Amino acid sequence: MPGVSEKRPWTFYALATLFAAFLLFLYGPMLVIYVLSFQGPNGGVTFPMVGTSLTWFRQILQPGQMANIPVSFERSLSLAIVVSVLTVIFAVAAGLGFRRRFPGSGVIFYLAVASLVMPSLLVGFGIGLGFQFLGLQPSLFTSAMGAQLTWTLPFGLFAMFAVVNRFNRSWEEAAADLGASAWQRLRYVTIPILLPGIIGVAMGAFTLSYDEYARTTLTIGPKNTLPLEIYALISSDTSPTLFAIGTLTTGASFLVITFSLLLVVRMQRRRGKTTIEAG
Amino acid sequence: MTSLSLSSILPFGRTNAGLSGRRAGLRPAWLTSWFQVGPLAVILLVLFALPTLLFLAVSFFDYDRVGIYPAFLLDNYRDLLTTPATWRVYVSSLKFAVIVWAITLFLGFNIAYFLIFHVRNSVIRMVLFLLCAIPFWTSGIIRTIAWIPFLGRNGAFNTMLLKLGLTSHPLDFLLFSDFAVVITYVHLFTLLMVGPIANSLSKIDRALIEAAHDAGATRWQTMSQVVIPLAKTGITLGSMLVFTQVMGDYFVVRQMSGGQSASIVSMLSTQIQAMEYPPASANAMVLVVFVAIIVGIMMKIVDVRKELVK
Repeated sequence: MPGVSEKRPWTFYALATLFAAFLLFLYGPMLVIYVLSFQGPNGGVTFPMVGTSLTWFRQILQPGQMANIPVSFERSLSLAIVVSVLTVIFAVAAGLGFRRRFPGSGVIFYLAVASLVMPSLLVGFGIGLGFQFLGLQPSLFTSAMGAQLTWTLPFGLFAMFAVVNRFNRSWEEAAADLGASAWQRLRYVTIPILLPGIIGVAMGAFTLSYDEYARTTLTIGPKNTLPLEIYALISSDTSPTLFAIGTLTTGASFLVITFSLLLVVRMQRRRGKTTIEAG
Repeated sequence: MTSLSLSSILPFGRTNAGLSGRRAGLRPAWLTSWFQVGPLAVILLVLFALPTLLFLAVSFFDYDRVGIYPAFLLDNYRDLLTTPATWRVYVSSLKFAVIVWAITLFLGFNIAYFLIFHVRNSVIRMVLFLLCAIPFWTSGIIRTIAWIPFLGRNGAFNTMLLKLGLTSHPLDFLLFSDFAVVITYVHLFTLLMVGPIANSLSKIDRALIEAAHDAGATRWQTMSQVVIPLAKTGITLGSMLVFTQVMGDYFVVRQMSGGQSASIVSMLSTQIQAMEYPPASANAMVLVVFVAIIVGIMMKIVDVRKELVK
């Protein structure tokens, strides 16, 4: 490892510049919508600003004619939480299962790849057709949740491959040698070591579900999730309300991410300490 | 090893020795794996494989304005493939996919490389990575339309150019054009490239790079002969994700091209809304086969499975 005092190569400065430019590119349009979300009551979706106000934030909370943001937000949130929990349970289990070859492992691997790369709307189309044939009414926690799982589960599985690859099997074997039962090994060895990765899977699945549009649109039935309501808003008329939603989402994301980050850093510190104590 | 593992006798391929072997007397290791992988496999079979087979079947059906009727007709496919519009939209989608793939690969690889090899503090690395990820949490739809006030005729970017004196009149090609579509895709999908590549890069043993350096390799040789070959799984996964996202796009082209281009899926959704399920299914099957071929080629070039599942 090069020491900290070592002089940085020119590539460092080139890539740092590229990275900064990328962040600018990423946040540039976002900054514009953050500003425009404080547009005055008579202002529109483009510049110039006509005064400043919180009108559009207030608009979010009022159920409008075209869209009911608060209710659809609740739906999206509860769906995302359930999807994220299910994804963690099934993908972590499957990730552990894939550590050894078993009959059918190849088939399931390619099934997951196919499910991951399948154009989203087609999944919803297929499930929607299926429900129609069976005479079932599509709804939030049946067809829509199913459609989202076909996307979050392969994602979770692939993320778990990355996590599990770094896991040293001999830790589990050591626990077994010390007389730990299968459950104790899972509870006190495997899960704690994999926890940062598991949190990553949970956050990823939550994000994918919360923002999912194309898989959900044909499987949701009559009650929309937030992205579908946003889409309805766009097709009807564009007002800075959409931008206010974006501003709020980003604010909330920052809070959640800061919180998780602190949690992970604390966990790593604690683990560092226990390692030293154990050693 | 205390006991002979059951699965080493049975023709079920290699098993990982160790823990699984030790308990072979109680339960074969592969059965444990089945219990662990089973729920995921069942969900994917029921909610992904079965619906796909369903629209494969429907794609041969007959239909009229009232309903759809079981049949075995190739008309839906013939109609689809003999329409010039189909070919136009595939060519246009493919063009977008290739351009966006090249840009996101360049950006994604360099960003991942910067984060993994140049940022030395792991907390700072995580913060920078999250900074890339945060916009991902805002709805893709909002992130798409966010470009409208930015790129528009009176938008932030044109205003800036005018003020700096870089242009005498606002640029029109920025919005509602192929340019806008590509920009939006890159904005939406670069992270899909950064993630898998960063994961691959982080697994590279630094000693290998030192060794290459000591053996007299130039920076470029180290990159092309050590780093890139070791990152190929991440590159392939990222490419697969970006490519299929662009091919399956529903919203961006419709919103940002100003009606100049269409996407395969938006064409398809028009048919679904008109309840023309059999032609929509045929359309869907053609897209599935097309995506499968491309992904198959990518996976043929790089054996992703060998790298991921040890």
